[in-house]
Amino acid sequence: MFTYYLDLARRSLRRTPVLTGLMVLAIGLGIGASMTMLTVLHVMTDDPMPGRSAQLYTPHLDPLPLDHKRRGDGPDPTADLTWPDAMALLAARRGVRQAAMAGGSLLLRPERAGLRPFYVAGRYATADFFALFGVPFERGGGWSAAADAADAQVVVLSDALARKLFGAGNAVGQTVHLGEHDFRVIGVTADWAPKPLFYADQTGTQYSDADLFFLPLSVAVSQKFQVSGNQSGWGKGDSMSLTSANMSWLQFWVQLDTPAQVAAYRQYLVDYSAQQKALGRFQRPPTNAKLYGLMGWLAHENLVPNDVDLQLWLALGFLFVCMLNIVALLLAKFLRRGGEISVRRALGARRRDIFVQLGIESALIGVAGGVLGLAIAQLGLWSIRQRPDDYARLAQMDVPMLLGTLALAVVASVLAGLLPSWRACRVAPALQLKTM
Amino acid sequence: MRTPNQSAFHKGTATMQIKPILSALRKHRLATLLIALEVALACAVLCNACFLIASRMEAMNIHSGVDEAALAQITLDCDDCNANDVNARVLSGLGKLPSVQSVSVINAVPFGNHAGTAGITLDAAGQHSGGVVDFYVAGPGSFEALGLQVVAGSAPAQGDFQAVENFLPADASVWVTRALAGHLWPDESPLGKEFWMGKYHFRVAGVLAHFARPGGGEGGPSTREWSVFVPALPGKQLTNNYLLRADPAHLQQVLRDARAAIASIVPEAVLDQQASRTIGELRDSYFQADRAMAGILVGVIVALLLVTALGIVGLASFWVAQRRKQIGIRRAIGATRGDILRYFQTENFLIVTFGIALGMLLAYVINAVLMKFYELPHLPLYYLPMGALALWVLGQLAVLGPALRAAAVPPVVATRSV
Repeated sequence: MFTYYLDLARRSLRRTPVLTGLMVLAIGLGIGASMTMLTVLHVMTDDPMPGRSAQLYTPHLDPLPLDHKRRGDGPDPTADLTWPDAMALLAARRGVRQAAMAGGSLLLRPERAGLRPFYVAGRYATADFFALFGVPFERGGGWSAAADAADAQVVVLSDALARKLFGAGNAVGQTVHLGEHDFRVIGVTADWAPKPLFYADQTGTQYSDADLFFLPLSVAVSQKFQVSGNQSGWGKGDSMSLTSANMSWLQFWVQLDTPAQVAAYRQYLVDYSAQQKALGRFQRPPTNAKLYGLMGWLAHENLVPNDVDLQLWLALGFLFVCMLNIVALLLAKFLRRGGEISVRRALGARRRDIFVQLGIESALIGVAGGVLGLAIAQLGLWSIRQRPDDYARLAQMDVPMLLGTLALAVVASVLAGLLPSWRACRVAPALQLKTM
Repeated sequence: MRTPNQSAFHKGTATMQIKPILSALRKHRLATLLIALEVALACAVLCNACFLIASRMEAMNIHSGVDEAALAQITLDCDDCNANDVNARVLSGLGKLPSVQSVSVINAVPFGNHAGTAGITLDAAGQHSGGVVDFYVAGPGSFEALGLQVVAGSAPAQGDFQAVENFLPADASVWVTRALAGHLWPDESPLGKEFWMGKYHFRVAGVLAHFARPGGGEGGPSTREWSVFVPALPGKQLTNNYLLRADPAHLQQVLRDARAAIASIVPEAVLDQQASRTIGELRDSYFQADRAMAGILVGVIVALLLVTALGIVGLASFWVAQRRKQIGIRRAIGATRGDILRYFQTENFLIVTFGIALGMLLAYVINAVLMKFYELPHLPLYYLPMGALALWVLGQLAVLGPALRAAAVPPVVATRSV
């Protein structure tokens, strides 16, 4: 029956090529525009650490004084941790793994001839960083907790930076002059840059940034290296130095494997806050302490810019207009076939059969529109990749989105065909046949 | 040949045509309603998208108040350098380059990175906030180089340039823009008025016609020109950022020369490649996102109008095909081609008008939602008639083809069976 209906649909569509073309064009444009924006949204809200994100959590404390007023549009000081809190959480070792980190941009003076000094962005982190996030290494490896304690001047380079500085040769064992200090290269990471850079401070451009070097946090603090990202100070007295208890600037991530561990860690954060409150350092309720999962944290940060939101709504609105268009056209087309439908009904077809036949015809339009929409969406994504935005380079369609496009096109056209089909299968055969 | 009598008869039918059209449309209620809805959505989106484009264009056309075509910025990174020495070397070194008109020290330029953003108060105790403004701390020669226009008071004199303490001089004569003066002292002359930023004290010595702050104003477009020009002497706190003025025709060459010369003038410093550009280039990259968004909105408008037109063409074609026999009958009993043409045009006009009426309401609803989420102002009323006109024209153009085809139906069709 299906192939027969398909054949009927094909014949009917070919009878009115202009109208069919218009409908396919309309659904193609609507699907193309909305899939372009849906793909952008999809890559922006995608899991940056597939397979690992469910075990990664970031704790947040509220060390702000009671009378602290946050500036309306300013960054949230409790999004980051202070040095004493981060060190306390680190020393407590309540997670399977944990690491504190912060971004930094340092002047690099290459020894290689022909390269001028330049600034590189990288990360100051504690030893567990590499194991926590499963950073792959091309050569060498990270440093140990002992190196953290000893302020060892060691550095891990990204493969891109290692290639730039040392060419194809082995970078491990070489010396890099970073921030006016010498660092010994102990490892080179393989190509690794989560998108978005979820563990970075939220003020950066998280979709195009990548860390080019990693060095021990303790060294960065003792050498007073420049920290990029938000540094929120409050209270009186010492709130400008990195080790101050009144300035938050560190990001902290912890690996928790089981729900029990998560619950225990949550309780630990509350207990820690209560203890700090008893000591007089914290003033706000200990229950302000929070533990976010990776995806929860990204949702909380809401990295999707307003413009992308607006464009998505525009695209979906456009798809809606296109669907309205198709409903009107299908309605006109189906109702005009009263004669044909009556003959089929008189020959014994049930209403349901007519409905299915017309539904298949709509779906066929959807498939053709979906293919056209796919081409238009690729064009749209290409144009987005030419744009200067932070996320532009990510705008690529993956297989699920590809199939999703076709599915959306078919669903949209079948939905659009529902009302016309329903109206058409309700024509009274006798009346129609009489007028023929 | 028409007799006068016949033409009167036709005139009569032309005015009476609306009634039969309405009853015909009532037969196709659903299709009519759908096309009207489509027109309504198109009208609503058209008005709002045009308004979004206009507000972005307005932001992009901001008058910076400086001679953009003649200016470039050179930015260095040099934290541990001897600032006085670097300033002296850069000023004399770059000044010697061919075609350079002047070199001066300044902390920021319009469309560059902001350097002196701070909240000010209108009293020493810090009780009456004056809003968040941008301080341009600039050395001798910069005022003339920028090409700022003074509308009240006089240009800074040599004695006005003072040493900087932290990031501002402790007590200084300053020049504010007309926009900021109007905000701080709405009905009074701003000359001689005082304001504070913490312990720093300022007195207004002059008013500038225009001077945009480096980045966007935090409080929206009205704060875009809340800038304060503070004359200051180059030194430890005012260094590493230089304003280059040259003949606009040679500016690109001068900038290239200057960027190359920096390496030999101050070998210990690192040139900031991103920031060391002409003001024109900085302006372009500052508005890149707005331009892209405006382009997308134009694309949306075009696509939307196209789809709406396609819908109208499709439906009208169908109705024409469906009514071939009726058209033939009307033609056979005396209707002219013009009558048939007018019938379809009037029908389209009625549907589109219905859609526009709905669309205007919808436009306001969408605007209200946008205002809530994207800090947009009210949609000005004049967008509505403009949107309506655009859709009427679009509808008439779209229906013209099918209507002409309908008009071409010969009367003989009436005598044929289906």
